[in-house]
Amino acid sequence: MEITGEFAIPAPRERVWEALNDPEVLRQCIPGCESIEREADNVFNAAMRAKIGPVKARFTSVVTLTNLDPPNGYTIVGEGKGGPAGFGKGSADVTLEPQGDETTLRYRAELQVGGKLAQIGSRLVAGAARKIADDFFGKFQEVVGGETPPSA
Amino acid sequence: MADTGIGAAVRRTEDLRFLTGKGRYTDDINRPGQLYAYILRSSVPHATIRSIDTAAAVAAPGVVAVYTGADMAGAGVNGLPCGWQVHSKDGEPMKEPAHPPLAVGKVRHVGDPVAVVIAESYAQAREAADAIALDLEELPAVADTRAASASGAPQLFDEVPGNLCYDWEIGDKAVNDAAFAKAAHVAKLDLVNNRLVPNAMEPRCYIGDYDPTRGEYTLYTSTQNPHVIRLLMGAFVLGIPENKLRVVGPDVGGGFGSKIYHYAEEAIVTWSAGQLGRAVKWTAERSESFMSDAHGRDHVTHVELALDADGVFLAMRVSTLANMGAYLSTFAPCVPTYLYATLLAGCYRTPTVYCNVKAVFTNTVPVDAYRGAGRPEATYLIERIVDVAADETGIDPAELRRRNFIPKDAFPYQTPVALVYDIGDYDQTLDAALAAIDYQGFEARRAEAAKRGRYRGIGISTYIEACGIAPSNVVGSLGARAGLYEAAQVRVHPTGSVSVYTGSHSHGQGHETTFAQLVSDTFGIPFESVEIVHGDTDKVLFGMGTYGSRSLAVGGTAIVKAMNKVIEKARKAAAHILEASEADVEFADGQFRVKGTDRAMSFGEVALAAYVPHKYPLDELEPGLDETAFYDPKNFTFPAGCHVAEVEIDPDTGVVTLVNFAAADDVGRVINPMIVEGQVHGGVAQGVGQALLESCVYDAQGQLVTGSYMDYCMPRADNLPPVSVSTHVTLCPHNDLGVKGCGEVGAIGSPPAVMNAVVDALSALGVKHVEMPATPQRVWQAIRDAKGAAAA
Repeated sequence: MEITGEFAIPAPRERVWEALNDPEVLRQCIPGCESIEREADNVFNAAMRAKIGPVKARFTSVVTLTNLDPPNGYTIVGEGKGGPAGFGKGSADVTLEPQGDETTLRYRAELQVGGKLAQIGSRLVAGAARKIADDFFGKFQEVVGGETPPSA
Repeated sequence: MADTGIGAAVRRTEDLRFLTGKGRYTDDINRPGQLYAYILRSSVPHATIRSIDTAAAVAAPGVVAVYTGADMAGAGVNGLPCGWQVHSKDGEPMKEPAHPPLAVGKVRHVGDPVAVVIAESYAQAREAADAIALDLEELPAVADTRAASASGAPQLFDEVPGNLCYDWEIGDKAVNDAAFAKAAHVAKLDLVNNRLVPNAMEPRCYIGDYDPTRGEYTLYTSTQNPHVIRLLMGAFVLGIPENKLRVVGPDVGGGFGSKIYHYAEEAIVTWSAGQLGRAVKWTAERSESFMSDAHGRDHVTHVELALDADGVFLAMRVSTLANMGAYLSTFAPCVPTYLYATLLAGCYRTPTVYCNVKAVFTNTVPVDAYRGAGRPEATYLIERIVDVAADETGIDPAELRRRNFIPKDAFPYQTPVALVYDIGDYDQTLDAALAAIDYQGFEARRAEAAKRGRYRGIGISTYIEACGIAPSNVVGSLGARAGLYEAAQVRVHPTGSVSVYTGSHSHGQGHETTFAQLVSDTFGIPFESVEIVHGDTDKVLFGMGTYGSRSLAVGGTAIVKAMNKVIEKARKAAAHILEASEADVEFADGQFRVKGTDRAMSFGEVALAAYVPHKYPLDELEPGLDETAFYDPKNFTFPAGCHVAEVEIDPDTGVVTLVNFAAADDVGRVINPMIVEGQVHGGVAQGVGQALLESCVYDAQGQLVTGSYMDYCMPRADNLPPVSVSTHVTLCPHNDLGVKGCGEVGAIGSPPAVMNAVVDALSALGVKHVEMPATPQRVWQAIRDAKGAAAA
């Protein structure tokens, strides 16, 4: 399935780009994130808890950043394993476009789930994924935008 | 005995314990020191196993052992056997790849067992499974039946090119083609018989136990056939001789075929118990059932029916792709061949039928027999193509059927697809069903519905099926690797009460009642004096189990044979005691009586004399009254009948409402009409489920996406109108009881009746076919497409 979204981040594009590559910012923004560590330049290991419909699980994920085009965007490729709950994997193309002092962030994500997640949660996955994305970027807006003084 | 004998609607004795929560199912059994197993299953449809690291799981709290496929194979455990070998049309045996209980080398479907964790509690086993590091290299997968046979499809097994298990045929193709060449009209149809998940109320559950002092294994299992499991698992998988392996199938909460088969988890818990010297229990979670119980149906078919100018059927040809799933389940290969294509003559005199079946492996749960097994698939395509022909020729569907019926004076009737039908009267059941539903008054009801803005349709299905698969030598020549007789032991106790040990396991069919009626009626003793014992290889001498509506026709007849032996022996004893010649002693109403006199002994008195043989012909007769019989039938039995459905469709939403349903069935002699009605009713509910609600769906990646009751829609009470059930008897001529079998007729007869009604309701719009299940979305789309086509 495919989900897309668009957010206005009240910060300049370079600041947004830095934040998108900062594990600490990501940790704060990923819902249910317990840890995120940089394993290599563009590879992160993350652990998060998520609940999708009746399936609750702790996912261990490997996230790789590819198609790096600073500061215009990148592609996030991730695979999360939730043990008996199954797995989710996908990729998201993220693009940043300056809008004056602000930045428009757009994403287009492809998502695939397997195991119990597919078996008993598939019809809930799109909604859950969208909520996770919205929560992430909402928080991201707050964290990144918060450092910019509000324009009077 | 009139109130409890043959023909009486006796309330089921087993219901007292079922309805009061006193049933004893496998999960209710706990053995001393019992451990619990959790099965780690593949969450991907197809992958190479690079490595399995179980060290962390072994070290987890409460864990006693973790085993993988390599461990079991290393210990000499074999793969699960297949009980039927089909040969392709070129004479080659089917491809029969190994089916290890735990995956070795590759996983081939979501749910494929990979490892077992055994711990002190189920929670600990489950938790520890999370710590198993399973490194899989994912491979492209194919779940769709058609796609699996296409060139370039992902291959499940190196040794099975094109995923083709077999390419089988029946019928003379040249004769068939010649008949088609003479046709005045040829009706054609492509259809799919949707994949179903059986969904027995009780999930599968197994306990393996081992007594090291005796070297004896016990398996408690939710099975339909304990002796078959003992044979398959003991002889083929684990190498345990019968005298060291007891299999107990206690109360079982529904099977519908899905509990016939020998499953991996049975072998896993039994073998593990032997390794650990402790009992090991495994109970399926509901979501595990969805991805590990054998599924049903899943055919893709093209059918053509040739007719002459008068609407007489000249020939039928059928081409079917059948989905076997990722491995061959116990009886999978015979379902789309000998239980399917041999029924393609239906109730009709079609002189030539040709059928080609290609069976393919896919990355899905194995498919095997499910209530009806092959016969619902055959009936669905026959009865749909007959309706297509009726529509295209303008002949009334009832009339077209009647015109082509095998007449009742034509039996025994040799069909062009191997079977010899023994007896039947198809006009009788057609007439009865049409009368029950008021076929004549239908157009008025259609017009009335139209005024309310509803499309109303009526659909007929005149079906035949084959039950009590037999005889053993014939099915053996067709590839069966087992005999298909049944065994019974009738033990008369000293005071005249009777225990019957039957190989026909009961898991919802009511055998404990029906068989007791049979015995009480035959011996002239109270119904309460009869106990029916089944489901334990240590108690019951042998048995082939319960499937294919065989219990009464085969298992019941075996009981009759054993009872006849009891009566003959008792007659000898009674003649001696009554000082009469044996020929002068008659047995009726529970009395051995010297003909024409008042000298008589009751059944109970003779029984006592046999066990206290003071005045007994010891020179000629052994004491005791305990007889066994094995019965191997001469032929199948052929229940047949007519189901008629009436539906209303809401054009705005596509919702189909089944408003009227009549079943008129010939299941032979009826022992308990209430149980027969219940069986037909339940079968109809399952058939309506297939027609309107149920469908097992895999996504394009091979993930099972209908794996819970959120997405897999089971029939509920409010999906069914009151169902009119009537029975119309022709007696089966080749068994003592004249019985045929009633367990599957509902699921066989009803889907085409419902679908013919759906298409009939939409036919004015130009709709020619709707696939099962006729969900609101599908029906709405059909209406929309038809209206769009009409407007264009």
